[in-house]
Amino acid sequence: MPSVKKVVNDPKNVVTEMIDGMVLASNGIMERLGDLNAIVRPSIADDKVALLIGGGSGHEPMFHGFVGENLADGAPCGNFFAAPAPDLVYEVTKALDRGNGVLYLYNNYAGDNMNFDIAMEMSEDDGIDVRTVRIFDDVAAVPPDRMHDRRGIAGDVFIIKVSGGACSTLKSIDECVRVTEKARDWTRSMGVAVSAGSIPETGEPTFMLGDDEIEIGMGAHGEPGVRRSKMMTADEITDTMMETILAEDVFEKGDEVALLLNGLGATTMMEMLIVNRRLRPILADRGISVYRTEVGPYLTCQEMQGFSITLMKLDHELKVYLDMPCESIGYTRK
Amino acid sequence: MVEALSIAETRDMFRAVAADIVAAKDELTKADQQIGDGDHGIGMARGFEAVETKLAGDESDTLDALLKVIGMALLSSIGGAAGAIFGTLFRAGAKPLMGWDSFDSMALATILAEGFKAIQARGGAKPGDKTLLDALGPASEAAAAAAPEATLLDTLMAAAAAARVGTEETKDMIATTGKARSLGERSIGYPDPGAMSTTFILEAMERFVRARG
Repeated sequence: MPSVKKVVNDPKNVVTEMIDGMVLASNGIMERLGDLNAIVRPSIADDKVALLIGGGSGHEPMFHGFVGENLADGAPCGNFFAAPAPDLVYEVTKALDRGNGVLYLYNNYAGDNMNFDIAMEMSEDDGIDVRTVRIFDDVAAVPPDRMHDRRGIAGDVFIIKVSGGACSTLKSIDECVRVTEKARDWTRSMGVAVSAGSIPETGEPTFMLGDDEIEIGMGAHGEPGVRRSKMMTADEITDTMMETILAEDVFEKGDEVALLLNGLGATTMMEMLIVNRRLRPILADRGISVYRTEVGPYLTCQEMQGFSITLMKLDHELKVYLDMPCESIGYTRK
Repeated sequence: MVEALSIAETRDMFRAVAADIVAAKDELTKADQQIGDGDHGIGMARGFEAVETKLAGDESDTLDALLKVIGMALLSSIGGAAGAIFGTLFRAGAKPLMGWDSFDSMALATILAEGFKAIQARGGAKPGDKTLLDALGPASEAAAAAAPEATLLDTLMAAAAAARVGTEETKDMIATTGKARSLGERSIGYPDPGAMSTTFILEAMERFVRARG
Protein backbone atom coordinates (compact mmCIF):
# COMPACT_ATOMS: atom_id res chain seq x y z
CA MET A 1 0.00 0.00 0.00
CA PRO A 2 1.24 3.53 -0.68
CA SER A 3 2.31 5.51 2.38
CA VAL A 4 0.40 8.75 2.99
CA LYS A 5 2.22 11.98 3.77
CA LYS A 6 1.15 13.69 7.00
CA VAL A 7 2.35 16.75 8.91
CA VAL A 8 3.08 15.08 12.26
CA ASN A 9 5.98 14.50 14.65
CA ASP A 10 6.15 11.15 16.47
CA PRO A 11 2.85 9.50 15.46
CA LYS A 12 2.48 8.23 19.04
CA ASN A 13 2.10 11.85 20.21
CA VAL A 14 -0.53 13.08 17.75
CA VAL A 15 -3.38 13.20 20.29
CA THR A 16 -1.59 15.11 23.04
CA GLU A 17 0.02 17.52 20.57
CA MET A 18 -3.34 18.08 18.86
CA ILE A 19 -4.89 18.94 22.25
CA ASP A 20 -2.14 21.47 23.01
CA GLY A 21 -2.79 23.13 19.67
CA MET A 22 -6.58 23.08 20.04
CA VAL A 23 -6.48 24.74 23.47
CA LEU A 24 -4.17 27.45 22.10
CA ALA A 25 -6.51 27.99 19.15
CA SER A 26 -9.63 28.24 21.30
CA ASN A 27 -9.27 31.86 22.45
CA GLY A 28 -9.76 30.81 26.07
CA ILE A 29 -12.92 28.77 25.47
CA MET A 30 -11.34 25.53 26.70
CA GLU A 31 -8.46 24.18 28.72
CA ARG A 32 -6.74 20.85 29.26
CA LEU A 33 -7.83 18.94 32.37
CA GLY A 34 -4.59 18.60 34.36
CA ASP A 35 -2.13 16.63 32.28
CA LEU A 36 -4.82 14.32 30.90
CA ASN A 37 -5.92 13.95 27.29
CA ALA A 38 -9.14 15.76 28.05
CA ILE A 39 -10.65 19.18 27.41
CA VAL A 40 -12.97 21.12 29.71
CA ARG A 41 -14.53 24.57 29.91
CA PRO A 42 -12.65 26.85 32.35
CA SER A 43 -15.80 27.56 34.37
CA ILE A 44 -19.11 25.77 34.69
CA ALA A 45 -22.15 27.21 36.50
CA ASP A 46 -22.88 25.77 39.93
CA ASP A 47 -26.18 24.01 39.31
CA LYS A 48 -25.63 23.14 35.66
CA VAL A 49 -26.45 19.74 34.18
CA ALA A 50 -23.05 18.92 32.67
CA LEU A 51 -22.78 17.68 29.09
CA LEU A 52 -19.88 15.28 28.48
CA ILE A 53 -19.17 14.26 24.89
CA GLY A 54 -16.37 12.18 23.53
CA GLY A 55 -14.94 9.48 21.37
CA GLY A 56 -11.77 8.64 19.56
CA SER A 57 -9.46 11.38 18.34
CA GLY A 58 -8.67 11.92 14.67
CA HIS A 59 -12.12 13.27 13.71
CA GLU A 60 -11.38 16.92 14.55
CA PRO A 61 -13.11 19.20 15.17
CA MET A 62 -15.45 16.45 16.51
CA PHE A 63 -15.68 15.80 19.52
CA HIS A 64 -13.44 17.94 21.72
CA GLY A 65 -13.82 20.93 19.36
CA PHE A 66 -17.46 21.14 20.47
CA VAL A 67 -16.58 22.12 24.03
CA GLY A 68 -17.81 25.68 24.63
CA GLU A 69 -20.60 27.79 26.07
CA ASN A 70 -24.07 26.38 25.25
CA LEU A 71 -22.36 23.31 23.83
CA ALA A 72 -20.48 20.56 25.72
CA ASP A 73 -18.76 21.19 29.05
CA GLY A 74 -15.97 18.69 28.57
CA ALA A 75 -14.61 15.87 26.46
CA PRO A 76 -12.24 12.99 27.18
CA CYS A 77 -10.11 12.51 24.04
CA GLY A 78 -9.57 8.87 23.14
CA ASN A 79 -6.53 7.62 21.32
CA PHE A 80 -6.58 7.77 17.55
CA PHE A 81 -9.93 6.29 16.38
CA ALA A 82 -10.33 4.52 19.76
CA ALA A 83 -12.90 5.22 22.45
CA PRO A 84 -11.52 6.96 25.57
CA ALA A 85 -10.54 4.65 28.43
CA PRO A 86 -12.96 4.44 31.40
CA ASP A 87 -10.62 6.05 33.95
CA LEU A 88 -10.20 9.08 31.66
CA VAL A 89 -13.99 9.46 31.20
CA TYR A 90 -14.38 9.09 34.97
CA GLU A 91 -11.87 11.89 35.68
CA VAL A 92 -13.71 14.25 33.29
CA THR A 93 -17.04 13.26 34.87
CA LYS A 94 -15.77 14.24 38.33
CA ALA A 95 -14.38 17.52 36.98
CA LEU A 96 -17.70 18.48 35.31
CA ASP A 97 -20.20 17.41 37.98
CA ARG A 98 -21.88 20.31 39.76
CA GLY A 99 -24.23 18.10 41.75
CA ASN A 100 -26.94 18.17 39.08
CA GLY A 101 -25.79 15.19 37.04
CA VAL A 102 -23.65 14.52 33.99
CA LEU A 103 -25.10 13.56 30.60
CA TYR A 104 -22.89 11.33 28.42
CA LEU A 105 -23.54 11.91 24.71
CA TYR A 106 -21.51 9.81 22.27
CA ASN A 107 -21.64 7.72 19.14
CA ASN A 108 -22.98 4.17 19.23
CA TYR A 109 -19.92 1.96 18.75
CA ALA A 110 -19.11 -1.18 20.75
CA GLY A 111 -15.91 0.35 22.13
CA ASP A 112 -17.51 3.62 23.19
CA ASN A 113 -20.48 1.85 24.75
CA MET A 114 -18.31 -0.42 26.89
CA ASN A 115 -15.82 2.24 28.02
CA PHE A 116 -18.46 4.86 28.84
CA ASP A 117 -20.54 2.22 30.66
CA ILE A 118 -17.57 1.27 32.87
CA ALA A 119 -16.95 4.99 33.54
CA MET A 120 -20.62 5.43 34.44
CA GLU A 121 -20.37 2.59 36.97
CA MET A 122 -17.23 4.16 38.48
CA SER A 123 -18.97 7.57 38.70
CA GLU A 124 -22.16 6.14 40.21
CA ASP A 125 -20.02 4.60 42.96
CA ASP A 126 -19.13 8.23 43.82
CA GLY A 127 -22.80 9.19 43.90
CA ILE A 128 -22.75 11.11 40.60
CA ASP A 129 -26.00 10.94 38.58
CA VAL A 130 -24.85 9.89 35.09
CA ARG A 131 -27.21 9.45 32.13
CA THR A 132 -26.39 8.19 28.66
CA VAL A 133 -27.69 9.08 25.20
CA ARG A 134 -26.09 7.17 22.32
CA ILE A 135 -26.22 8.64 18.82
CA PHE A 136 -27.19 6.32 15.95
CA ASP A 137 -28.02 8.51 12.96
CA ASP A 138 -26.37 6.49 10.15
CA VAL A 139 -29.11 4.88 8.05
CA ALA A 140 -26.73 3.15 5.66
CA ALA A 141 -25.80 -0.16 7.17
CA VAL A 142 -28.75 -1.27 9.28
CA PRO A 143 -32.55 -1.33 8.74
CA PRO A 144 -34.85 0.73 11.01
CA ASP A 145 -36.03 -2.30 13.03
CA ARG A 146 -32.48 -2.57 14.39
CA MET A 147 -32.08 1.17 15.08
CA HIS A 148 -29.93 0.53 18.15
CA ASP A 149 -27.35 -1.29 15.99
CA ARG A 150 -26.82 1.80 13.85
CA ARG A 151 -23.64 3.80 14.26
CA GLY A 152 -23.29 7.50 14.95
CA ILE A 153 -21.83 9.87 12.34
CA ALA A 154 -22.12 13.59 11.53
CA GLY A 155 -25.61 13.97 13.01
CA ASP A 156 -23.54 14.58 16.15
CA VAL A 157 -23.24 18.23 15.15
CA PHE A 158 -26.92 19.10 15.47
CA ILE A 159 -27.55 16.71 18.38
CA ILE A 160 -24.68 18.16 20.43
CA LYS A 161 -25.86 21.69 19.54
CA VAL A 162 -29.41 20.99 20.75
CA SER A 163 -28.27 19.04 23.81
CA GLY A 164 -25.79 21.76 24.72
CA GLY A 165 -28.52 24.37 24.57
CA ALA A 166 -30.85 22.23 26.65
CA CYS A 167 -28.19 21.48 29.28
CA SER A 168 -27.48 25.23 29.60
CA THR A 169 -31.17 26.05 30.03
CA LEU A 170 -32.96 23.21 31.82
CA LYS A 171 -32.16 22.39 35.44
CA SER A 172 -33.49 18.82 35.37
CA ILE A 173 -31.29 16.10 33.89
CA ASP A 174 -34.43 14.14 33.00
CA GLU A 175 -35.54 17.06 30.80
CA CYS A 176 -32.06 17.32 29.26
CA VAL A 177 -32.19 13.62 28.40
CA ARG A 178 -35.68 13.97 26.91
CA VAL A 179 -34.67 16.84 24.59
CA THR A 180 -31.40 15.14 23.60
CA GLU A 181 -33.20 11.88 22.79
CA LYS A 182 -35.75 13.75 20.69
CA ALA A 183 -32.94 15.42 18.73
CA ARG A 184 -31.27 12.02 18.30
CA ASP A 185 -34.47 10.23 17.27
CA TRP A 186 -35.28 12.88 14.65
CA THR A 187 -31.85 12.84 12.99
CA ARG A 188 -30.75 10.71 10.02
CA SER A 189 -27.49 10.69 8.07
CA MET A 190 -25.72 8.85 5.31
CA GLY A 191 -22.17 9.04 3.96
CA VAL A 192 -20.13 8.08 0.92
CA ALA A 193 -16.39 7.96 0.28
CA VAL A 194 -14.28 7.99 -2.85
CA SER A 195 -10.87 7.62 -1.21
CA ALA A 196 -9.56 6.56 2.19
CA GLY A 197 -8.14 8.42 5.15
CA SER A 198 -5.04 7.06 6.82
CA ILE A 199 -3.80 6.32 10.34
CA PRO A 200 -0.71 8.28 11.48
CA GLU A 201 1.05 5.29 13.06
CA THR A 202 0.86 3.10 9.96
CA GLY A 203 0.82 5.83 7.32
CA GLU A 204 -1.48 3.54 5.39
CA PRO A 205 -5.01 4.10 4.10
CA THR A 206 -7.67 2.28 6.12
CA PHE A 207 -9.13 0.74 2.98
CA MET A 208 -8.43 0.52 -0.75
CA LEU A 209 -10.88 1.74 -3.33
CA GLY A 210 -10.36 1.56 -7.08
CA ASP A 211 -9.77 4.82 -8.97
CA ASP A 212 -13.21 4.50 -10.55
CA GLU A 213 -15.10 3.32 -7.45
CA ILE A 214 -17.25 4.86 -4.72
CA GLU A 215 -18.15 3.31 -1.36
CA ILE A 216 -21.79 3.88 -0.42
CA GLY A 217 -22.54 4.06 3.30
CA MET A 218 -18.95 4.63 4.41
CA GLY A 219 -18.44 4.91 8.16
CA ALA A 220 -16.67 7.75 9.91
CA HIS A 221 -13.53 5.70 10.60
CA GLY A 222 -13.07 4.38 7.09
CA GLU A 223 -14.65 1.12 8.13
CA PRO A 224 -16.11 -0.20 4.91
CA GLY A 225 -19.62 0.81 3.91
CA VAL A 226 -22.41 -1.32 2.56
CA ARG A 227 -21.87 -1.34 -1.18
CA ARG A 228 -19.31 -0.42 -3.78
CA SER A 229 -20.19 0.85 -7.19
CA LYS A 230 -18.59 2.53 -10.16
CA MET A 231 -17.98 6.23 -9.69
CA MET A 232 -21.06 8.35 -10.25
CA THR A 233 -21.81 12.02 -10.91
CA ALA A 234 -22.62 14.38 -8.03
CA ASP A 235 -26.30 14.31 -8.99
CA GLU A 236 -26.43 10.50 -9.10
CA ILE A 237 -24.68 10.25 -5.72
CA THR A 238 -27.07 12.80 -4.19
CA ASP A 239 -30.11 11.00 -5.57
CA THR A 240 -28.93 7.66 -4.17
CA MET A 241 -28.27 9.09 -0.72
CA MET A 242 -31.50 11.08 -0.51
CA GLU A 243 -33.55 8.09 -1.60
CA THR A 244 -32.19 6.10 1.36
CA ILE A 245 -32.51 8.91 3.91
CA LEU A 246 -36.03 9.93 2.89
CA ALA A 247 -37.24 6.34 3.05
CA GLU A 248 -37.00 6.70 6.84
CA ASP A 249 -40.39 6.97 8.55
CA VAL A 250 -39.40 10.05 10.54
CA PHE A 251 -39.73 12.52 7.64
CA GLU A 252 -43.13 13.66 6.39
CA LYS A 253 -44.58 16.27 4.07
CA GLY A 254 -44.70 19.63 5.82
CA ASP A 255 -41.64 18.96 7.99
CA GLU A 256 -38.96 21.53 8.61
CA VAL A 257 -35.40 20.22 8.85
CA ALA A 258 -31.89 21.33 9.63
CA LEU A 259 -29.56 20.21 6.84
CA LEU A 260 -25.87 19.39 7.27
CA LEU A 261 -23.40 18.56 4.52
CA ASN A 262 -20.33 17.23 6.33
CA GLY A 263 -17.00 16.85 4.58
CA LEU A 264 -14.89 13.88 5.71
CA GLY A 265 -11.61 15.73 5.27
CA ALA A 266 -10.54 16.09 1.65
CA THR A 267 -13.80 16.69 -0.19
CA THR A 268 -13.98 20.32 -1.25
CA MET A 269 -16.60 22.91 -0.39
CA MET A 270 -17.19 23.19 -4.14
CA GLU A 271 -18.25 19.55 -4.37
CA MET A 272 -20.57 19.76 -1.37
CA LEU A 273 -22.21 22.89 -2.71
CA ILE A 274 -22.88 21.07 -5.98
CA VAL A 275 -24.55 18.32 -3.93
CA ASN A 276 -26.59 20.93 -2.04
CA ARG A 277 -27.84 22.38 -5.32
CA ARG A 278 -29.20 18.96 -6.30
CA LEU A 279 -30.72 17.92 -2.99
CA ARG A 280 -32.78 21.05 -2.28
CA PRO A 281 -35.31 20.41 -5.08
CA ILE A 282 -35.56 16.77 -3.91
CA LEU A 283 -36.58 18.01 -0.44
CA ALA A 284 -38.93 20.59 -1.95
CA ASP A 285 -40.63 17.90 -4.05
CA ARG A 286 -41.28 15.96 -0.86
CA GLY A 287 -42.79 19.02 0.82
CA ILE A 288 -39.88 19.32 3.27
CA SER A 289 -38.48 22.79 3.93
CA VAL A 290 -35.00 23.60 5.14
CA TYR A 291 -34.86 25.78 8.26
CA ARG A 292 -31.08 25.98 8.41
CA THR A 293 -28.12 24.73 6.35
CA GLU A 294 -24.54 23.99 7.42
CA VAL A 295 -21.79 22.96 5.01
CA GLY A 296 -18.27 22.11 6.14
CA PRO A 297 -15.88 19.63 7.73
CA TYR A 298 -17.28 18.91 11.22
CA LEU A 299 -16.65 15.20 11.68
CA THR A 300 -13.64 14.21 9.61
CA CYS A 301 -11.75 11.01 8.92
CA GLN A 302 -8.32 12.44 8.24
CA GLU A 303 -7.80 12.95 4.50
CA MET A 304 -10.74 10.80 3.48
CA GLN A 305 -12.51 12.05 0.38
CA GLY A 306 -16.21 11.81 0.94
CA PHE A 307 -19.11 13.49 2.66
CA SER A 308 -22.35 12.81 4.44
CA ILE A 309 -25.83 14.30 4.39
CA THR A 310 -27.72 14.80 7.68
CA LEU A 311 -31.33 15.84 8.18
CA MET A 312 -32.74 16.67 11.61
CA LYS A 313 -36.48 17.17 11.84
CA LEU A 314 -37.35 20.25 13.89
CA ASP A 315 -40.14 21.45 16.12
CA HIS A 316 -40.32 24.70 18.08
CA GLU A 317 -38.35 23.29 21.01
CA LEU A 318 -35.47 21.96 18.91
CA LYS A 319 -35.31 25.23 16.96
CA VAL A 320 -34.89 27.20 20.19
CA TYR A 321 -31.85 25.15 21.22
CA LEU A 322 -30.46 24.97 17.68
CA ASP A 323 -30.62 28.77 17.44
CA MET A 324 -28.98 29.56 20.79
CA PRO A 325 -25.71 31.45 20.41
CA CYS A 326 -22.59 29.39 20.97
CA GLU A 327 -18.88 29.54 20.33
CA SER A 328 -16.39 26.72 19.91
CA ILE A 329 -13.63 25.47 17.62
CA GLY A 330 -16.13 23.22 15.83
CA TYR A 331 -19.30 25.28 15.72
CA THR A 332 -20.13 28.92 16.31
CA ARG A 333 -23.47 30.74 16.10
CA LYS A 334 -24.17 34.39 16.74
CA MET B 1 7.18 -31.03 34.25
CA VAL B 2 5.98 -27.87 35.98
CA GLU B 3 2.59 -28.10 37.67
CA ALA B 4 2.36 -24.49 38.81
CA LEU B 5 4.19 -21.20 38.34
CA SER B 6 5.07 -18.97 41.26
CA ILE B 7 3.72 -15.43 41.15
CA ALA B 8 7.15 -14.17 40.07
CA GLU B 9 7.23 -16.72 37.24
CA THR B 10 3.65 -15.83 36.29
CA ARG B 11 4.71 -12.19 36.08
CA ASP B 12 7.59 -13.21 33.79
CA MET B 13 5.14 -15.20 31.67
CA PHE B 14 2.90 -12.18 31.12
CA ARG B 15 5.96 -10.03 30.33
CA ALA B 16 6.80 -12.60 27.64
CA VAL B 17 3.19 -12.42 26.41
CA ALA B 18 3.51 -8.63 26.27
CA ALA B 19 6.66 -8.86 24.14
CA ASP B 20 4.99 -11.29 21.74
CA ILE B 21 1.87 -9.16 21.30
CA VAL B 22 3.98 -6.05 20.67
CA ALA B 23 5.86 -8.08 18.04
CA ALA B 24 2.54 -9.06 16.41
CA LYS B 25 1.49 -5.41 16.00
CA ASP B 26 1.74 -5.28 12.20
CA GLU B 27 0.09 -8.66 11.65
CA LEU B 28 -2.90 -7.67 13.83
CA THR B 29 -3.18 -4.26 12.20
CA LYS B 30 -3.17 -5.77 8.72
CA ALA B 31 -5.95 -8.15 9.75
CA ASP B 32 -8.00 -5.23 11.07
CA GLN B 33 -7.53 -3.26 7.85
CA GLN B 34 -9.49 -6.01 6.08
CA ILE B 35 -12.67 -5.69 8.15
CA GLY B 36 -12.26 -2.95 10.78
CA ASP B 37 -10.67 0.45 11.10
CA GLY B 38 -7.10 -0.81 10.90
CA ASP B 39 -5.86 0.00 14.39
CA HIS B 40 -6.18 -3.24 16.38
CA GLY B 41 -2.45 -4.03 16.40
CA ILE B 42 -1.58 -0.46 17.34
CA GLY B 43 -3.96 -0.56 20.31
CA MET B 44 -2.85 -4.01 21.47
CA ALA B 45 0.83 -3.04 21.22
CA ARG B 46 0.15 0.17 23.17
CA GLY B 47 -1.68 -1.88 25.82
CA PHE B 48 0.97 -4.55 26.24
CA GLU B 49 3.74 -1.94 26.29
CA ALA B 50 1.87 -0.49 29.27
CA VAL B 51 1.62 -3.99 30.79
CA GLU B 52 5.40 -4.42 30.45
CA THR B 53 6.01 -1.03 32.09
CA LYS B 54 3.70 -1.89 35.00
CA LEU B 55 5.04 -5.42 35.47
CA ALA B 56 8.68 -4.31 35.38
CA GLY B 57 8.15 -2.58 38.75
CA ASP B 58 5.37 -4.82 40.05
CA GLU B 59 5.60 -6.57 43.42
CA SER B 60 2.22 -8.32 43.54
CA ASP B 61 2.38 -11.45 45.67
CA THR B 62 -0.98 -12.92 44.80
CA LEU B 63 -2.49 -13.96 41.47
CA ASP B 64 -5.53 -11.70 41.79
CA ALA B 65 -3.33 -8.64 42.45
CA LEU B 66 -1.21 -9.46 39.39
CA LEU B 67 -4.24 -9.96 37.17
CA LYS B 68 -5.72 -6.63 38.30
CA VAL B 69 -2.47 -4.80 37.45
CA ILE B 70 -2.50 -6.31 33.94
CA GLY B 71 -6.24 -5.66 33.46
CA MET B 72 -6.05 -2.03 34.55
CA ALA B 73 -2.99 -1.38 32.37
CA LEU B 74 -4.86 -2.70 29.32
CA LEU B 75 -8.12 -0.91 30.19
CA SER B 76 -6.42 2.48 30.68
CA SER B 77 -4.05 2.41 27.74
CA ILE B 78 -5.76 0.68 24.79
CA GLY B 79 -9.13 2.42 24.83
CA GLY B 80 -11.77 1.42 22.32
CA ALA B 81 -13.49 -1.94 22.34
CA ALA B 82 -10.21 -3.82 22.69
CA GLY B 83 -9.29 -2.00 25.93
CA ALA B 84 -12.62 -2.76 27.57
CA ILE B 85 -12.58 -6.37 26.38
CA PHE B 86 -8.99 -7.40 27.14
CA GLY B 87 -9.03 -5.37 30.37
CA THR B 88 -12.16 -7.27 31.40
CA LEU B 89 -10.58 -10.62 30.46
CA PHE B 90 -7.81 -10.17 33.02
CA ARG B 91 -9.85 -8.38 35.70
CA ALA B 92 -12.75 -10.84 35.72
CA GLY B 93 -10.62 -13.78 36.87
CA ALA B 94 -9.18 -11.87 39.81
CA LYS B 95 -12.14 -12.21 42.16
CA PRO B 96 -12.47 -16.04 42.23
CA LEU B 97 -8.65 -16.35 42.45
CA MET B 98 -8.39 -14.03 45.45
CA GLY B 99 -5.31 -14.86 47.52
CA TRP B 100 -3.94 -17.58 45.18
CA ASP B 101 -0.14 -17.68 45.32
CA SER B 102 0.49 -19.72 42.16
CA PHE B 103 -0.74 -20.18 38.60
CA ASP B 104 -1.79 -23.69 37.58
CA SER B 105 -4.15 -25.39 35.13
CA MET B 106 -7.18 -24.67 37.33
CA ALA B 107 -6.25 -20.97 37.55
CA LEU B 108 -6.01 -20.83 33.75
CA ALA B 109 -9.41 -22.49 33.35
CA THR B 110 -10.92 -20.07 35.88
CA ILE B 111 -9.50 -16.96 34.16
CA LEU B 112 -10.79 -18.06 30.75
CA ALA B 113 -14.24 -19.03 32.04
CA GLU B 114 -14.75 -15.88 34.11
CA GLY B 115 -13.36 -13.70 31.31
CA PHE B 116 -15.73 -15.27 28.79
CA LYS B 117 -18.75 -14.61 31.02
CA ALA B 118 -17.73 -11.05 31.89
CA ILE B 119 -16.96 -10.02 28.29
CA GLN B 120 -20.31 -11.37 27.13
CA ALA B 121 -22.07 -9.36 29.85
CA ARG B 122 -20.08 -6.19 29.04
CA GLY B 123 -20.33 -6.17 25.26
CA GLY B 124 -23.56 -8.01 24.58
CA ALA B 125 -21.99 -10.14 21.84
CA LYS B 126 -22.55 -13.88 21.75
CA PRO B 127 -20.69 -16.82 20.21
CA GLY B 128 -20.99 -16.79 16.42
CA ASP B 129 -20.93 -12.99 16.17
CA LYS B 130 -17.35 -13.05 14.81
CA THR B 131 -15.63 -11.69 17.91
CA LEU B 132 -12.90 -12.85 20.28
CA LEU B 133 -15.59 -14.85 22.09
CA ASP B 134 -15.37 -17.33 19.22
CA ALA B 135 -11.75 -18.05 20.24
CA LEU B 136 -12.15 -17.53 23.98
CA GLY B 137 -15.26 -19.75 24.30
CA PRO B 138 -13.65 -22.90 22.79
CA ALA B 139 -10.40 -22.16 24.64
CA SER B 140 -12.28 -21.90 27.90
CA GLU B 141 -14.14 -25.18 27.27
CA ALA B 142 -10.92 -26.98 26.33
CA ALA B 143 -9.14 -25.68 29.43
CA ALA B 144 -12.04 -26.63 31.70
CA ALA B 145 -12.05 -30.17 30.28
CA ALA B 146 -8.26 -30.62 30.54
CA ALA B 147 -7.47 -28.75 33.77
CA PRO B 148 -8.47 -31.31 36.44
CA GLU B 149 -6.16 -34.04 35.04
CA ALA B 150 -3.64 -32.33 32.78
CA THR B 151 -0.44 -30.40 33.44
CA LEU B 152 -0.36 -26.64 33.00
CA LEU B 153 1.44 -27.07 29.68
CA ASP B 154 -1.05 -29.60 28.35
CA THR B 155 -3.95 -27.40 29.45
CA LEU B 156 -2.40 -24.39 27.71
CA MET B 157 -1.81 -26.45 24.56
CA ALA B 158 -5.43 -27.56 24.54
CA ALA B 159 -6.69 -24.00 25.09
CA ALA B 160 -4.41 -22.48 22.43
CA ALA B 161 -5.31 -25.19 19.91
CA ALA B 162 -9.04 -24.61 20.50
CA ALA B 163 -8.55 -20.84 20.15
CA ARG B 164 -6.72 -21.39 16.84
CA VAL B 165 -9.59 -23.49 15.49
CA GLY B 166 -12.10 -20.94 16.78
CA THR B 167 -10.23 -18.09 15.10
CA GLU B 168 -10.13 -20.03 11.82
CA GLU B 169 -13.89 -20.53 12.09
CA THR B 170 -14.49 -16.78 12.44
CA LYS B 171 -13.52 -16.54 8.75
CA ASP B 172 -16.85 -18.11 7.85
CA MET B 173 -18.87 -15.86 10.16
CA ILE B 174 -20.68 -12.61 9.38
CA ALA B 175 -19.78 -9.76 11.72
CA THR B 176 -22.80 -8.46 13.65
CA THR B 177 -21.06 -6.21 16.15
CA GLY B 178 -18.20 -3.69 16.26
CA LYS B 179 -17.00 -1.61 13.35
CA ALA B 180 -17.03 -4.65 11.04
CA ARG B 181 -20.79 -5.15 11.31
CA SER B 182 -21.68 -2.84 8.43
CA LEU B 183 -19.75 -5.17 6.12
CA GLY B 184 -22.33 -7.91 6.48
CA GLU B 185 -21.44 -10.76 4.13
CA ARG B 186 -18.33 -8.93 2.96
CA SER B 187 -16.75 -9.80 6.33
CA ILE B 188 -16.70 -13.47 5.32
CA GLY B 189 -13.23 -14.81 4.51
CA TYR B 190 -11.36 -12.74 7.10
CA PRO B 191 -10.59 -13.83 10.68
CA ASP B 192 -11.62 -11.63 13.59
CA PRO B 193 -8.56 -9.67 14.81
CA GLY B 194 -9.67 -9.92 18.47
CA ALA B 195 -9.87 -13.71 18.16
CA MET B 196 -6.36 -13.66 16.66
CA SER B 197 -5.08 -11.65 19.65
CA THR B 198 -6.70 -14.07 22.08
CA THR B 199 -4.97 -16.97 20.35
CA PHE B 200 -1.63 -15.14 20.33
CA ILE B 201 -1.88 -14.54 24.10
CA LEU B 202 -2.52 -18.24 24.79
CA GLU B 203 0.23 -19.32 22.39
CA ALA B 204 2.72 -16.99 24.08
CA MET B 205 1.79 -18.43 27.49
CA GLU B 206 2.22 -21.95 26.09
CA ARG B 207 5.68 -21.07 24.70
CA PHE B 208 6.79 -19.63 28.05
CA VAL B 209 5.68 -22.67 30.04
CA ARG B 210 7.21 -25.08 27.49
CA ALA B 211 10.58 -23.27 27.71
CA ARG B 212 10.34 -23.27 31.49
CA GLY B 213 10.27 -27.10 31.30
